[in-house]
Amino acid sequence: MFQVSPSGTTQYSSDATMPRTVISVSQLGKRYGTTVAVDEVSLDVYEGEVFGLIGPNGAGKTTTMECVEGLRRPDRGTIAVLGLHPQRDATALRQRIGVQHQEAHLQKRIKVWEALDLWATLYPGAVDTDALLAQLGLESKRNAWFMTLSGGQKQRLFVALALVHDPEVVFLDELTTGLDPQARRAIWELISGIKARGKTVFLTTHLMEEAERLCDRVAIIEHGRVIEMGTPAALVERHCPQRRVVFTTDATDAAQSFHRIATLRSIHSDGATHTLEGTGDDFVTDVINVIAREGIRVRGFRTEIPTLEDVFLKLTGHGVRD
Amino acid sequence: MLRGLWKLTWVETKIFVREPMGLIGTIGMPVVMFIFLGRTFGAAMPSADALRSPPFNVPILSAILIAINAVTSLVAIIAIYREGGILKRLRATPLSPVTILSAHVIVKLVFTIVSLALLVMAGRRLFPGVMSVPLFSFTAALLLSTLSILSLGFIVASLVPTARFAQPISAAVFYPMVALSGLFFPLARLPLWLRVVANALPTTHAVSLMQSVWNGGGWTGHWSDAASLVIIAGISSAIATRVFRWE
Repeated sequence: MFQVSPSGTTQYSSDATMPRTVISVSQLGKRYGTTVAVDEVSLDVYEGEVFGLIGPNGAGKTTTMECVEGLRRPDRGTIAVLGLHPQRDATALRQRIGVQHQEAHLQKRIKVWEALDLWATLYPGAVDTDALLAQLGLESKRNAWFMTLSGGQKQRLFVALALVHDPEVVFLDELTTGLDPQARRAIWELISGIKARGKTVFLTTHLMEEAERLCDRVAIIEHGRVIEMGTPAALVERHCPQRRVVFTTDATDAAQSFHRIATLRSIHSDGATHTLEGTGDDFVTDVINVIAREGIRVRGFRTEIPTLEDVFLKLTGHGVRD
Repeated sequence: MLRGLWKLTWVETKIFVREPMGLIGTIGMPVVMFIFLGRTFGAAMPSADALRSPPFNVPILSAILIAINAVTSLVAIIAIYREGGILKRLRATPLSPVTILSAHVIVKLVFTIVSLALLVMAGRRLFPGVMSVPLFSFTAALLLSTLSILSLGFIVASLVPTARFAQPISAAVFYPMVALSGLFFPLARLPLWLRVVANALPTTHAVSLMQSVWNGGGWTGHWSDAASLVIIAGISSAIATRVFRWE
């Protein structure tokens, strides 16, 4: 594990039950020429959570994140990160946040260890870079040039650079875009590890599966506006309460028994396969109870629960990758 | 942030050395040109009376090419770094923008000295008798010239749209400057407006200063050239800080 630097973390006066707000964005707006990149974004990120900004490409995710990091000056709105102003307090803030940019590169011929060593020089209280390399599975690539790394290795190096000074808040912009599923899974484990160490993670992604797996809370952003915010489960519950059970049985009149379930919406039978649709968390349990009570012999049984992807589709009317 | 500056300078030096094409192109090319032109025309100063006098000052042309090559190399590196988001990534660290760019300037100046050393060593072997140069003084003149042209390079680097255009655009900007520098024909022959342009360019003053120092005339009498180089560097840097693009 990482060595935790003795300095850095400040004491907070808020009581234990209220999570401390680490990032506070209020009515952020940013345009490039006549293009409105961010129309109006307000959000709070709490200490120790993984917060995801999700939406299609061009929705304003990266611009929002870069305003928060202090890399861009917003046209309007206020931002506070760890109580600091991203631009006025840029120097102090950079010591306490770690960033990874979308589609970033390093010098083609910089070696992995040189990059980490350079970054470590720039921050007081940097962690042991060798331990960091080992933890990210890059120790065999220590002397490799950046240009020879695979996509997943490059991203892991960028994560390492974001973590080298043991920051309190970590910003990750489209971290797994373009990676194969295996590399993606490795990165996910890394992020879970960052969260486990008490860091706050602010990430953007257009992969709903990624958001659902990693994020404690998400904000769905489209056309520069936050259109919905909450835990992935709450969003699914709110917008896509329907549940579906598909089972196969040889019992001929099996379908009749389910009409007593109050939350049932429809039954569709196709030969031995029956598809039941209903709403609410209890629906699946109700179906199971009926099956048990009636003694229906079931050969196959599966449930289809909506995901964040369905929520997104419903809220925006299009898929996230359209 | 001095620690960061030295570390970044050292890393950039190593990276530069690792690219053989860049090394040969920026360090070796002026030396090769010098040897070739010296063999063809002779490396001595042009003079009016000598029948076989070279048509232009070969050592000074080679020296100014060292400076120009350093600048075009810088423009290309900045363009590549910007396109790849490397500048943006570095800027998100506690490094100050000035530190990031200073590291590149230092690397270029160091390799300017290396290139000049190679040139002088080659000259002493191949063209004995014409290379009695006040080395320290000449190095200082070349470094000042390079610095002045480099600061212009930062403006050019801001205008270059993509890395692909870095080479052609900096060639189109800097090679005509060499043509106008007074190396090939006296500036007095030019129309007035072109003389004004030539006098606003760092290359003209660089050539004038370096020629005097090479000939043993020293800096005396050329303080106006030195001052011009400093002023051009100051103005260019001021403009560059306003127009420089990090992404």
